[in-house]
Amino acid sequence: MSDTHAQTVPFVRDTMLPQQAPPTSQIGAVRWLRENLFSSVLNVALTVLAVGTIVWIVMHIGPWLMNSVWNANSLAECRQILAGESGACFAVIRDRWHQLMFGFYPSDLYWRPILAMVLMLVAIAPILFDKLPRKLIWFSALYPFVAFWLLWGGSLWLPLAVIGGFAVGYGAFLGLSRVTGSVLALIGAVLAAIVWWVWLAAPVSSALQSAVSLSIRPVPSRDFGGFMLSIIIGVTGIALSLPLGIMLALGRKSDMLLIKAISVGFIEFIRGVPLITLLFTASLLLNYFLPPGTSFDIILRVIIMVTLFAAAYMAEVIRGGLAALPRGQYEAADALGLDYWKAMRLIILPQALKISIPGIVNTFIGLFKDTTLVVFIGLLDPIGLSNAIRADTNWNGIYWELFIFIGVCFFIFCFGMSRYSMYLERRLKTDHR
Amino acid sequence: MSELVLDHDIDRSKMKVSNEIAIQIVKMNKWYGQFHVLRDIDMTVHRGERIVICGPSGSGKSTLIRCINRLEEHQSGQIVVDGTELTSDLKNIDKVRSEVGMVFQHFNLFPHLTILENCTLAPIWVRKTPRKEAEEIAMHFLRKVKIPEQALKYPGQLSGGQQQRVAIARSLCMKPRIMLFDEPTSALDPEMIKEVLDTMIELAEEGMTMLCVTHEMGFAQAVANRVIFMDQGQIVEQNEPKEFFNNPQSDRTKLFLSQILGH
Repeated sequence: MSDTHAQTVPFVRDTMLPQQAPPTSQIGAVRWLRENLFSSVLNVALTVLAVGTIVWIVMHIGPWLMNSVWNANSLAECRQILAGESGACFAVIRDRWHQLMFGFYPSDLYWRPILAMVLMLVAIAPILFDKLPRKLIWFSALYPFVAFWLLWGGSLWLPLAVIGGFAVGYGAFLGLSRVTGSVLALIGAVLAAIVWWVWLAAPVSSALQSAVSLSIRPVPSRDFGGFMLSIIIGVTGIALSLPLGIMLALGRKSDMLLIKAISVGFIEFIRGVPLITLLFTASLLLNYFLPPGTSFDIILRVIIMVTLFAAAYMAEVIRGGLAALPRGQYEAADALGLDYWKAMRLIILPQALKISIPGIVNTFIGLFKDTTLVVFIGLLDPIGLSNAIRADTNWNGIYWELFIFIGVCFFIFCFGMSRYSMYLERRLKTDHR
Repeated sequence: MSELVLDHDIDRSKMKVSNEIAIQIVKMNKWYGQFHVLRDIDMTVHRGERIVICGPSGSGKSTLIRCINRLEEHQSGQIVVDGTELTSDLKNIDKVRSEVGMVFQHFNLFPHLTILENCTLAPIWVRKTPRKEAEEIAMHFLRKVKIPEQALKYPGQLSGGQQQRVAIARSLCMKPRIMLFDEPTSALDPEMIKEVLDTMIELAEEGMTMLCVTHEMGFAQAVANRVIFMDQGQIVEQNEPKEFFNNPQSDRTKLFLSQILGH
């Protein structure tokens, strides 16, 4: 069939060609192998070298892992069972996993951190997945108080009194906003809440406690340890550093000189100092600055320092996102008459945060892994506990198995965060570019 | 000359210029650093006027209309919009901005919100309109710009012309009394220019006060009651369209017109 009328010079196509299948060498596994592994002499050599290296590593580590001993009471017993062969001694994990998880938390109270962990999953679910009922957010808001009470124990009235501070603030806001403008009312509300927390919350809760006793056994901070400690510091740090980072990033871009100077000063100072010095400050120096007699919980101090540290990095990541937005977005928001806070909340931040997701999650992961640094100020995170476990004569000399276990646990958390961030990026993708 | 093909005769029954002053600009000056962008601008816009501002690039025409809703700050002189003077007082600025609609060259739709959300956002958050009512208003204006079926899509899924019409609808949802257009068709393919101009003509027919920075001289001839020519930050010449195009006075205007209409 001729469709090109070769005899006439002006050309008009009168039949359209149908689609045809590509040649077989251009599709499927064959093509993939050729393109990716054997496309040139150099690539063939690299492929062979890589396969060789992988085989070599598996040959050496494989038997060590396959020969693992899971049932023994000491390293010596492990070696006896192995009888000279190479093999891992994961019995140490079986023997000491509860320490790696909970530190020296009283073993009869393990249900409390476990319950707190389960509730944490419930609390963060509505924040992570927007398909869940929105009412669950109320539980997420209450969760920090529930978790505090479960983990540290003591009187239930204390967390209730702290929650009461929010009610006091809200009441003050409602009362004052009838009399004055909303900004003054807001300032009054914050002051009222602070007055409540600093001077009134403690006496009120102890008075209520003596009237109606509602308490569970208290556990001191020094007994906390293991992954429980890492998760407490990590999750609190993550939850607090994001809002603080956003405020710092906005502050750095602010037109108000004082706010800008404070933000820049804070960010540059914190970024310029190693985290470990901040932690030492938290553990040693802070006590000199506080009034004598006040004891300020060490875990709380560490959380504050870790949060400040991560917030400075977070601020810079978010500033990058803000800078990446076209100026037209700011102008369109202005032109519609949105004020600064509404423009930020509805237009600018949703887009800037979306752009910054990889950087934000990167900072989260960094923060979570940095919690292992608390070992240097005497807190027993998993690394600190591995030293404690080795100090026992039964397990003296065991390194790899403990570190592999700790590494795997951290990897699960960090990989989970990274996967979630990719899911979130896909879900928020609306630009269809 | 770029011909504007009209589907229908323009209905001039509602295009009436009243005596009421919508915008008054007196001796306004603006500098970018050392550069004097706008020099002694004096201008009065009456309600119902349709003004086209043209001029070579860098002549300050965009800057002028951006001063009217204070996307740019002027350094001296006076701008009064609907009786409200623009000063550094944020309350006045927000008031003016919610009364004055603006359409940009690059549309500036919010890419993270659907078309409907783009249109309801300002009515809900600035005007405190209940969501349901805001959605009805939005659908009304989306029907007007002839894209109600796109309401649940995101801006990235629409063509340039459709996006610009959404941007116009988004401004209209605030029920503005004055509309500013900053080169609304410059970023569009020729095929899409007409659909946007049609929307703008329809708006003019309803008696909207409009200031358009544009190079669409066909549009100027069809609906404008005044054409302003700017050069080097000054208003060089202004006249009603017929006179402006057929009988330009200054040499600068003649040169400009010969350049854009010559081919």
